[in-house]
Amino acid sequence: MKMITALVRPSKVDAIKTALVSIEVVGMTVSDVRGFGRQKGQVERYRGNEFTVDFLPKVKITTVVSDDKVDAAIAAIANAARTGEIGDGKIFVTPVETAIRIRTGDSGDAAL
Amino acid sequence: MPRTLSSGKGASVATTFDRFRTKVLAGVQDPQLRRYAFFVMAAGAGLVPLMAGSAKAALAPGVTDGADTMLMLMGSALVLLMTPGLAFFYGGFTRSKNVLNTMMMSFFLMGLIGVLWVVIGYSLAFDGGFKSPFIGGLGAMWLNGVGGELGDAALAPGFNISATSFALFQGMFAIITPALISGALVERVSFKFWFWFCLLWSLFVYSPMAKMVWGGGFLGPFGSVGAIDFAGGTVVHIASGVAALVAAAMIGSRTTWPNNNKPPHNVPFILLGAGLLWFGWFGFNGASMFAAKTAGLPFLTTTTAASAGMLAWCLIEWFKDGKPTAVGAATGAVAGLVGITPGAGFVYMGPAIAIGALTAAACFIAVRIKAAIKFDDSLDTFMVHGVGGTVGALLAGVFAAKALVPADYFPLSAKILEEGGNVGMFIAQLKAVIFSYAFVGIATAIIVAILNAVIGSRVSPEQEDRGLDFVAHGEEAYDPMTN
Repeated sequence: MKMITALVRPSKVDAIKTALVSIEVVGMTVSDVRGFGRQKGQVERYRGNEFTVDFLPKVKITTVVSDDKVDAAIAAIANAARTGEIGDGKIFVTPVETAIRIRTGDSGDAAL
Repeated sequence: MPRTLSSGKGASVATTFDRFRTKVLAGVQDPQLRRYAFFVMAAGAGLVPLMAGSAKAALAPGVTDGADTMLMLMGSALVLLMTPGLAFFYGGFTRSKNVLNTMMMSFFLMGLIGVLWVVIGYSLAFDGGFKSPFIGGLGAMWLNGVGGELGDAALAPGFNISATSFALFQGMFAIITPALISGALVERVSFKFWFWFCLLWSLFVYSPMAKMVWGGGFLGPFGSVGAIDFAGGTVVHIASGVAALVAAAMIGSRTTWPNNNKPPHNVPFILLGAGLLWFGWFGFNGASMFAAKTAGLPFLTTTTAASAGMLAWCLIEWFKDGKPTAVGAATGAVAGLVGITPGAGFVYMGPAIAIGALTAAACFIAVRIKAAIKFDDSLDTFMVHGVGGTVGALLAGVFAAKALVPADYFPLSAKILEEGGNVGMFIAQLKAVIFSYAFVGIATAIIVAILNAVIGSRVSPEQEDRGLDFVAHGEEAYDPMTN
């Protein structure tokens, strides 16, 4: 069981969701986040005052999948999120000990 | 500002409209029309020397007119809406943790000045009790006697609006003027300071300025200088702009300025506010004609100048920075509106476009200079209202059309225009501008200095960091996580 954390462009969230659902990854959590990587910030100008905005808006998608679906899920996210420009984001994969569905008490892969 | 062309002066109404038609619709100078207009003007102008001493007596007694009074009531509602509009305009520029405090600095004045004006502000501006060219009197406190028992009596000889509608209309101006100052002081002053500052400033700076310019006082067409100010270039915009400059200089920068400054937190608020201001400005300038029949001209010049201001600002940005901005469009429109205010009823369409565009260009340069010298007039109150009001007041002198400055309502100004032409008028305007800068600057400095010594003006740096919405009001506009 692995947790996949993807930091992506906000405009790509819908496409990523559709791609994940199509390979039957049916649960995820999204949050608005800000950050920067190689893209760094952008310069905005208001009434001639220049502002360097260091932290750009991104969306963090978190989902937990069974081991056999990890590669497919990573590929689905990467394909849906890619534009080829700097700022497409990153995917992190971490091991998860277990999972519990609160309503039924199911645990392990059955809870996903 | 005060004037009406429907007081039995049929000739001047006809002149106005014929001149207007020739210029606007035809653009062709029909010789016959021009001769006609010339004769009427000459007849009017010929009377100036005879009337100079007793101009007021020449006006017919005022008879309250329903349409004219309705214009004032509608105009009052429009001008009132400018204050919440300004609150949005300014609120959009600040950080999200200060937006409520910024908006309250404008919005709250509908409470404070709304009462103050009725109790004493109007009297200090428009009562004649002190027999002074600088300040009114105490006879009209609580609007005592204004408009007679039923409130329907006409304002004065030559004015066919009810006195109550005039007092109401002027009150809306009194509310928004100190609200404009807040732009220079946001994100650092205590609300207690702001309360007392507005109260004192309204009584000791605004009311005297209104008296001097519009109340038959020192600066106006019945006074010593003879300047023309249709709807408040000096009283509202130069006064608020200069007060903003002086107060910001005395109170000092925000702790985050200039190195840790943040971009506007809500640009759509800025557009909403600018749109409401533009809408309300129809009342501000248009109803300042005090007569429904002739109000079409200032309505037209007002919106045309705003359009020209927006266009000019965006084109300059496009050329200089590569992109026209939404904030620039809003700012340019407001600059154009500020610029046309002193001349709205005194010029035709060509000058209105020129005034809008030139004012926007001047404000654009001023804003850039401010950014370069790192002066913390936070939301550019002086750079837009001070500079814009000054440019507009001077250009009103340059472009004022004789037919639109009738001698019965503007005896000294009409005389200046007749004898010295637009150069003479420009000089009169310049005198009024310089006097306004000096009077408002000094009076504001005294008020700020006193309040600074007695109650202080700023919140602590820690409170500034926490955000004034919570510190001053115990509220948050949004989820604090998003600050």
